[in-house]
Amino acid sequence: MKKENFIWNAVKAGLLGGAITIFICLVGMTEIFSKRDVVEKVITLGQFVLLATMVASGLIAARRTSSLFGEVRPVRTLTAGLVAGLVTGLVLALFVYIGYSINLRAVFLNASTPLYNVLTFGKGQSYIWPLPVIGALGGLLGASFLLIPDVYRRPLTGGLIVTFFLALFSGLFRVVMINQKGGVENAAKYLFGQTGLTVEGTLIFFFAVVIIAFFWNFRGKEVQQRISRLPKRGQLSLRVLGLLLILYLAIGLPQVSGPFIAQVIVTVALFILMGLGLNITLGFAGLLDLGFVAFYAIGAYTVGLLTSYGPFGLQHVSFWVAVPIAVLVAMLSGAVLGLPVLGVRGDYLAIATLGFGEIVRLLAGSDFLAKYFGGPQGIIGIQKPCLGTLEAFVRVDVPRACNGIELGTAKDIYYIAVLSALLLAFVAWRLRESRLGRAWMAIREDEDVAEALGINLIQTKLLAYMLGAAFAGLGGAIFATLIGSIFATSMQLLVSINVVALIVVGGMGSIPGVIVGAIALIGMPELLREVSEFRFLFYGAALIIMMLARPEGLWPSQAAKRELHHADAENVTAEHMI
Amino acid sequence: MRTRLSERLLDLAVSGFLWGFRILIVSAIVIGTVATIRAGKYTGEQWIDFVVFGISQGSIYALIALGYTMVYGILRMINFAHGEIFMSGAFSAYFLATWLNGTGFIDSNPILGLLIPILFAMIMSAAIAMLVERIAYRPLRGAPRLVPLISAIGASFFLQYTFRGFFGPGVYAYPPIKALEGEWNLFGFGILKVQIIVAVSAAVMMAILYSIVQLTKVGKAMRAVSEDKDTAALMGIDVNRIIVTTFAVGAAMAGAAGVLYSLIFRQVGFLMGFTPGIKAFTAAVLGGIGNIPGAMVGGLVLGIFESIGPSLFLEGLGITRPYQLKDVIAYTMLVMILLFRPSGILGERLTKKKA
Amino acid sequence: MKRLFALLSLLVVASMLFAACTPAATEAPAGNESPAATDAPAATDAPAATDAPAGAAYECTDALGCVTIAPDEPVHLAYWGVLSGPDSSLGEDSKRGVEIAIDDRGGKIFDHDILLTTEDAGCTPEGGATAAAKLATDTSLVGLIGSSCSDETVGGIATITNAGLLTISPSNTRPVLSDPNRGPDYAGYMRTAHSDAFQGKAVAEFAYNELGARKAATLHDGSAYAEALQQVFADNFVALGGEIVAQEAVAKDATDMKPVLTTIAAAQPDFFYYPVFVAVGGYVTAQIRDVAGLEEVPIAGSDGIFTADLLKGAGANVEGMYLSSPDFSAFTGDYAGFIEKHEAKYGGSTLSTFHAHAYDAANILFAALEQVAVVQDDGTIYVPRQALRDAVYATKDFKGITGTLSCSPSGDCGAPVIAMYQVVNADPASWNPADAANPNPKKIWP
Repeated sequence: MKKENFIWNAVKAGLLGGAITIFICLVGMTEIFSKRDVVEKVITLGQFVLLATMVASGLIAARRTSSLFGEVRPVRTLTAGLVAGLVTGLVLALFVYIGYSINLRAVFLNASTPLYNVLTFGKGQSYIWPLPVIGALGGLLGASFLLIPDVYRRPLTGGLIVTFFLALFSGLFRVVMINQKGGVENAAKYLFGQTGLTVEGTLIFFFAVVIIAFFWNFRGKEVQQRISRLPKRGQLSLRVLGLLLILYLAIGLPQVSGPFIAQVIVTVALFILMGLGLNITLGFAGLLDLGFVAFYAIGAYTVGLLTSYGPFGLQHVSFWVAVPIAVLVAMLSGAVLGLPVLGVRGDYLAIATLGFGEIVRLLAGSDFLAKYFGGPQGIIGIQKPCLGTLEAFVRVDVPRACNGIELGTAKDIYYIAVLSALLLAFVAWRLRESRLGRAWMAIREDEDVAEALGINLIQTKLLAYMLGAAFAGLGGAIFATLIGSIFATSMQLLVSINVVALIVVGGMGSIPGVIVGAIALIGMPELLREVSEFRFLFYGAALIIMMLARPEGLWPSQAAKRELHHADAENVTAEHMI
Repeated sequence: MRTRLSERLLDLAVSGFLWGFRILIVSAIVIGTVATIRAGKYTGEQWIDFVVFGISQGSIYALIALGYTMVYGILRMINFAHGEIFMSGAFSAYFLATWLNGTGFIDSNPILGLLIPILFAMIMSAAIAMLVERIAYRPLRGAPRLVPLISAIGASFFLQYTFRGFFGPGVYAYPPIKALEGEWNLFGFGILKVQIIVAVSAAVMMAILYSIVQLTKVGKAMRAVSEDKDTAALMGIDVNRIIVTTFAVGAAMAGAAGVLYSLIFRQVGFLMGFTPGIKAFTAAVLGGIGNIPGAMVGGLVLGIFESIGPSLFLEGLGITRPYQLKDVIAYTMLVMILLFRPSGILGERLTKKKA
Repeated sequence: MKRLFALLSLLVVASMLFAACTPAATEAPAGNESPAATDAPAATDAPAATDAPAGAAYECTDALGCVTIAPDEPVHLAYWGVLSGPDSSLGEDSKRGVEIAIDDRGGKIFDHDILLTTEDAGCTPEGGATAAAKLATDTSLVGLIGSSCSDETVGGIATITNAGLLTISPSNTRPVLSDPNRGPDYAGYMRTAHSDAFQGKAVAEFAYNELGARKAATLHDGSAYAEALQQVFADNFVALGGEIVAQEAVAKDATDMKPVLTTIAAAQPDFFYYPVFVAVGGYVTAQIRDVAGLEEVPIAGSDGIFTADLLKGAGANVEGMYLSSPDFSAFTGDYAGFIEKHEAKYGGSTLSTFHAHAYDAANILFAALEQVAVVQDDGTIYVPRQALRDAVYATKDFKGITGTLSCSPSGDCGAPVIAMYQVVNADPASWNPADAANPNPKKIWP
């Protein structure tokens, strides 16, 4: 009875895996990813993704089997994995067979001969038998993974994951390392190929990670204990040393890595600024704002209008004068937009603020106000920040000359953005610990009770809107100087959605959570520009998976953690110590 | 309770501002309307056209809004992926209708040629919505309010770009139904057949839905679950099944809306669900979210205002190219209605628990 | 626990990075000293790199520096433009043009392979800025083709120019990009596309002289391209003596065009020009004949919707619609041959308008490269960057397929010959403007 059960389970896992492989093929990933390598001349990304699905279905089947029997039974586990992988492969083979005989292209764009040729290794319809074989082997591999003792499995998993990520970003690593010239350049060419890791690089990275992780598994505890046994001063100096190292890396990074990494970090920092702002309105005070991009836009347009040497520049002040004004204007608009929705609650608030965001974007890009905001043509020629004095304004279309250091490129603006993010993170942290912060949280938990306790709702809510808006305004101001021009099309609803998502993914109300969320949701997709067609597909899937796996967020605040896991409260504090 | 003078002053300033805001918007609308009518640029027939365009657009908004409102009524959750459910209905109908059109079926049986794609779209949409509910929403029941929202946003992107991957970034033309071309004469006005069909189908659909919710046992169970899940469960209602049913019914409405939309606008594409989704959600809030007649009223009001507003209000105010600002009218109206009635046109005041 | 793991993996990555840098750095010279080392590619690599300076045959004196290409390395070019999102057919089309240009050379220049990489800029200024930053990071790049949308250029051109690169755009048409006063940030920017100043003028002349229109209406979708183009048209139409009776606009995501069309109908135009993008273009065309007063008005679009996608979205109404576009029949070079190669390589007809411009852009770049690159005996190539730019600007009477091209000091390399086409068949499958016997759309003016 039970035996049938586990085989049936494995078949189910295999069918699921098969469905996923077909999905991957039909959505076009296989074909496009087959042009990129994981390991040069060994396995392409397209093959890797399919293989990974097969391995995963084997692993899932194996895991279900062992949970069915309550213990790990090697033979049955392996059988389950084999069956699941085989079924996955069979389903895929069936798909290829059908695809060769019936034209699926009338409906599915990617069900084309090139796809089938990729799947049959370019050898045509009769060559589909390797697929089930590979599937079975992959499933077996996945199942055997479960049988490896924990001590070895962890390092292996780590090795695989790290190597895969390095392969994914290998082009980037290669370029950055080549720019360092000298020996590093040769090392880069040795380890990284144009589109994936070289064989040598793969082996080196994989084994290095495995060995380090293995060592850490055995000795990690000991090292930690030794550190914690150090005298207070020793620990302190260790920490200071660590901080100095981070500081050194942070200052040197854009110089070493070149403009692209700097640009990505600036983008992340801008979203951190917005995230910190929305964290006040949403995370602290619980007011869901889906139109946060409005304040970003207002900050950007204020700086644009104040500093542009283009046709729409009202004034031609320097960046340093314009930024505080932009922050103030954003703050005021936070109050103006917050006032009408003071009495609006819950999801009514969400849609009302969404409306504000759209209104700001539409007005900024409209022909009606084009004589002030440039309409569709945007505001161009935004003056770059200058460390030093600016020459007087001469005429339209000529930037003011800078006597000193002009912070023109992404590499320079990196410092402004990162410093602002750090500063505001500090401000946000102090705000949270303040009386005002506690009032916000009281409102978040229960508006009526908070009012009964003597909290002035109007004042407190307005302050939440205003401060949140100010943070976003600063983000917009830096964005304007970074790009050098602003268009209303940049102020999409998508930006607001991104900000809300990064807060929730990072952990509501948590300041480090904002940073982690921004890196995960903004930084990663930016770095993965090459797979642009599938960026949003991955983004959507990642949002769902993260919510399912960690509803409290990647780095939740203490309060949120306690709410979600009453039982683990002690563990939480213990972890925090580490 | 004692209040300090500064707080009183603040309250006064706030309410002053709000009244100023209301008066400003209302007077802008009145002045604009008067000026437009005095300018006399449009004939009476054209005004009727504006209203008809608005009704057909609005009835589609209303159909989509039903799904939002029903799910919200039961789960207190914004189903952000609902616009994509609408899109998937349109796509399924497109492929079926293209095939039927190729065989000449639609030309020979125009009524069935209309009904079969609608039914197919309703089934497909319902299936996809149930799948989404099972994977992305059900495990998150009981999580904080924003968690399912983010999951829904994720599902929305995932569906959009899955369809883009499957069917490409281009647009497809929904096959024209010859029997629906041309105009019918109604009360002395020539009105496009398509628009009458769309408005009538939407009305029929909504009537069916309303009677399901009001008259059948399932409908009663839905209402019970939306009142109080725990009590409903104690009364022997399978809450999970009712929630899935609600998703399916709402999605079927969106699927039908997808077909009606394609009939009018003739384009099917992977991004087509996003804007109508947002608009329908606005309509649901406008009417009072969680309230089925509210969604219908909200949809129609929104559609008509969007259609008539730019020429009626904005042109009179001397605003150039007013159609660019169509959405500004929609959202301003939303804020206005929330200012006067914080819980929508037909919605009851949100209790603390529901908010 | 999970956080611990995250920390751990972070540490691992960090240590990996150090591990990767430091030992490798010492490894390479080691390989240099002992040729018997197992890593053969590194061993052959290193001597070559040291040989060239030793020869001292070439010393880079270029103001912007030189790109050095080792004997076994490819010559690296990049295409940047919109490759994702709703406008991706525009970018994909140009990319194909570049790929065919590379194929025509057998994939080689100076006996080096040509490596073409792509960067998506998403048709937005911030996408352009990010793509440009990524391109500027890669010092192996010799030159760029792109971008697709003018917005991308506005966002990214400063970074590209400051990195010493140059880019030739096949499809940017915004007039200001090649304005004589465009500023130093544009020093690295040229284009083979026509400026919209020509296109809008051509349409105005066609409407006024050929169709005899006197009262024209325009519509744009809020994009910078459409707004500027309809304004150029309007200005020229008025200058010819016509009257602009309505200038309306809709949002880019609008679908219900009937209200705005009703407003336009109230102005009773006898010519209606909407130079918009595909989405809005399809909706307007599909709905226009349903609006009382516009049943018979001649309608015209522009190169932004000169694609089969328009026919997919627009339905039967598109028959008889006019479209302005670069004149394919004025293409002096072997355009038919290009189309044949395109057919063979990608199957199906071209996706958009600017493939030929991209082909020419790539060939102008190759020609300039051949002029200025310094090739050593061992195969090492030096490309002086300022000289390369100067060579492109100095392009004169270049025989391209879009015409005989000469570059102006402000970067205009295109031959601005605009023609009006008319759609003769609403079936998207019949789209083939280059077909000799049955072109659809068909050229009707001049």
